[in-house]
Amino acid sequence: MTALITSILTITLSAGTSLVYATIGEIYTERSGILNLGVEGMMLMGALTAFATVFHTGSLLLSVILAMAVGGFLALIHAFLSITMRANQVVSGLSITLFGTGFASFLGQRLGPESNNFYLSGMTAQRYAAVQIEGLTDLPILGAFFKQDVLTYGIYILIPLAWFFMYKTKHGLNLRAVGENPQTADAMGVNVVKLRYLYTVIGGMLVGLGGAHLSLAYTPGWTENITGGRGWIVIALVIFSMWNPSRAILGAILFGGINAVQFRLQASGTDIPSAYLNMAPYVATIIVLVLVTVWESHNRRIGPPNALGTSYMREDK
Amino acid sequence: METEKKPILEMRGITKRFPGVVANDGVDLELFPGEVLALLGENGAGKSSLMNVLAGLYRPDEGEIYIRGERVNIDSPRDAMALGIGMVHQNFMLVETMTVAENIILGLRDIKTVPDMGGIIKKIRQISEHYKLKVDPKAYIWQLSVGEQQRVEILKQIYRGAEILILDEPTAVLTPQESEELNHILQQMTSEGKSAIFITHKMEEVIDFSDWVRVLHQGKLVTVKKTAETNPQELARLMVGREVLFRIEKKPAQPKEPVLVLEQVQANNEKGMPVLKGVDLQVRRGEIVGVAGVAGNGQTELTEVITGLHPVSGGRVLVDGKEMTNRSPLSIIKAGVSHIPSDRIAMGVVGDMSVANNLVMKGYRKEPITHSGLMNLRKIAEFAQRMVELFRISTPSTATRVKFLSGGNIQKTILAREIDSCGGVLVAAYPSRGLDVGATEAVRNEMVAQRDRDNGVLLVSEDLEELLTVADRIVVMFEGQIMGEVQSEDANVELIGLMMAGVPKERAEKQYYGSDHATDV
Repeated sequence: MTALITSILTITLSAGTSLVYATIGEIYTERSGILNLGVEGMMLMGALTAFATVFHTGSLLLSVILAMAVGGFLALIHAFLSITMRANQVVSGLSITLFGTGFASFLGQRLGPESNNFYLSGMTAQRYAAVQIEGLTDLPILGAFFKQDVLTYGIYILIPLAWFFMYKTKHGLNLRAVGENPQTADAMGVNVVKLRYLYTVIGGMLVGLGGAHLSLAYTPGWTENITGGRGWIVIALVIFSMWNPSRAILGAILFGGINAVQFRLQASGTDIPSAYLNMAPYVATIIVLVLVTVWESHNRRIGPPNALGTSYMREDK
Repeated sequence: METEKKPILEMRGITKRFPGVVANDGVDLELFPGEVLALLGENGAGKSSLMNVLAGLYRPDEGEIYIRGERVNIDSPRDAMALGIGMVHQNFMLVETMTVAENIILGLRDIKTVPDMGGIIKKIRQISEHYKLKVDPKAYIWQLSVGEQQRVEILKQIYRGAEILILDEPTAVLTPQESEELNHILQQMTSEGKSAIFITHKMEEVIDFSDWVRVLHQGKLVTVKKTAETNPQELARLMVGREVLFRIEKKPAQPKEPVLVLEQVQANNEKGMPVLKGVDLQVRRGEIVGVAGVAGNGQTELTEVITGLHPVSGGRVLVDGKEMTNRSPLSIIKAGVSHIPSDRIAMGVVGDMSVANNLVMKGYRKEPITHSGLMNLRKIAEFAQRMVELFRISTPSTATRVKFLSGGNIQKTILAREIDSCGGVLVAAYPSRGLDVGATEAVRNEMVAQRDRDNGVLLVSEDLEELLTVADRIVVMFEGQIMGEVQSEDANVELIGLMMAGVPKERAEKQYYGSDHATDV
């Protein structure tokens, strides 16, 4: 039994890693008041960039860096549209997703080797393999935390760091103020536009990194729609986390866990039709959203940043 | 006192334009150290925009600013702060979900990356003791009363080293006692060499608080006076540009049949707590019934159950004898009920729509505004023009978006629409809140005019003075119940005050007239 739990937890953490990066990224973006629905597109582009890079150069580090750069660049477009041009953020974010999805699919059929008809799918390359940590790997259950790839180890550092930065530093204070009440932040000398650009781009970079984990570690390689809608689950996880980075892990474990369990069940040849199992994470998303919303309506102090999705101009009435 | 004092702040020829509106037209201003300057003017006279220019929130189109004799450019709030200018805005600049201390250090650069909250809180406590600005630095803003929030704002500006404190209508949200405290704080600050600019439209405050007064009218500077050398009547005349009535002309009421009847009405708030606990109320044609009470005792819900905006959980609401309990707002409007909502920006108008469209927002279904399902734009424009003239709405045109008008003119727009469509009952919630003398006078006169046209008026107000002058009788609400009713001619303010504090009328009378209060209390 312990072995089973350990193995499910191991997969859970690996499945949840990309969600953690992307969720924390989107939390930072939304905390600044910018709603970026381009997560799905940015994740796909991140995954594609990472795999294409590692396939051609063999450098894992370079592929992570480029995946983050591409995620950040797409977020920059969104920032320009929604902050400077004051476009509708929903529309702008959706177009980032549409563009990212289509463009990743297009590049996936162009950047591969000639031998494979220029397709990237089906190719293999270096990947982030699990790194065992001597002495800790063999612990019952907890050992699951110590047989992961480098990027998963990264979230152990990122989560507390992201929490500390947001709640304990002056930069985090300014960030929260910008998303809560930009008029006040502005009057207090915080540069609203600068911070919104900054955190939208940082958020995009983390989303790109989340995408990279998929194609470099969790399911190494490129397949069309490799994210399987994870970008949308991230949007729900941000709400589930109540915009608090430390809670991102709970959502990631929940959804990673459902994934892990349904894989296990499918592998063990259960009678439940696979369609239902595949549906499970998405059904869970809807249920969790409903529950969170109900809870929120009873507890008004917890909720989205007050200015989320609105543009700000100083002399606006 | 000293004749050769140099001004700490000078503004010369400040002009600020907004689309279609000139908010400031070549305004000059001087402020001397250790003094309080009152900036007096009606709503829309340009007081706030002038101060927003000084605070770095608006960029002037023309004009120069000098601080301690040196020409300065104030491009952002940060620049203003660096020059020692701190502004307490009318809508507080506080982040509700953060603590007092967090709000105070928000945006500061010269603090450590991980702020030393212990040290910061200690410094806040010192300032707060020195100026008797009592507030808990660890409390969240949303937990604080409006008066406390204002203290946080002042504390914040002092903490950030403000030498020139701008206060935008600071007393609008304060009780008389809190205003008195504010006056003390200002005096202590000026005695230490700081200066303050005080925006207001209340004459008494100018007299109480300031050393100098500058009067703005329609964006222009009208006059500069030493406060000691002027009086409220003169200031009112300068501010409005004509003589002002401080009392309104009113004939005795001639009430007829009841037009609005509430029977044991009950209602709950969104958390399920009762907010109206069996209210009985009658408004007859040809009378104004005032509702007095401290805000938050169910007055807003009272107006909303009548207008169909809040569900009734028990009892009945009758309009003209017809059952209107929990009917839709539209059917209640059709039954002849007009509503001047308490939150005029959120519920009274659509800010992004034109004055004309806001004016026909209730009448658009009727001929000739709409003909065969199509709106007649020419008729709408004519109608709007007539209303603008009739109600003296000051707007560049009927096509101007409502959000660019001043509070008083927004209220006049709502008033025009509601009165035009009124068919028996007018429910007015805080209709003159935040309005200047001229607009208040217009609003009050209109209430009386409606009464004289045999409509029933329900007037909810926090301003006892207003209730006593406008209403014919006054009911007092406390915690969702009516404590008692008085006729406004022989009304006794202290008696009403006791009822507002929750003492039922009978006991209040005993307590006040004292015949047997020893046994009763």
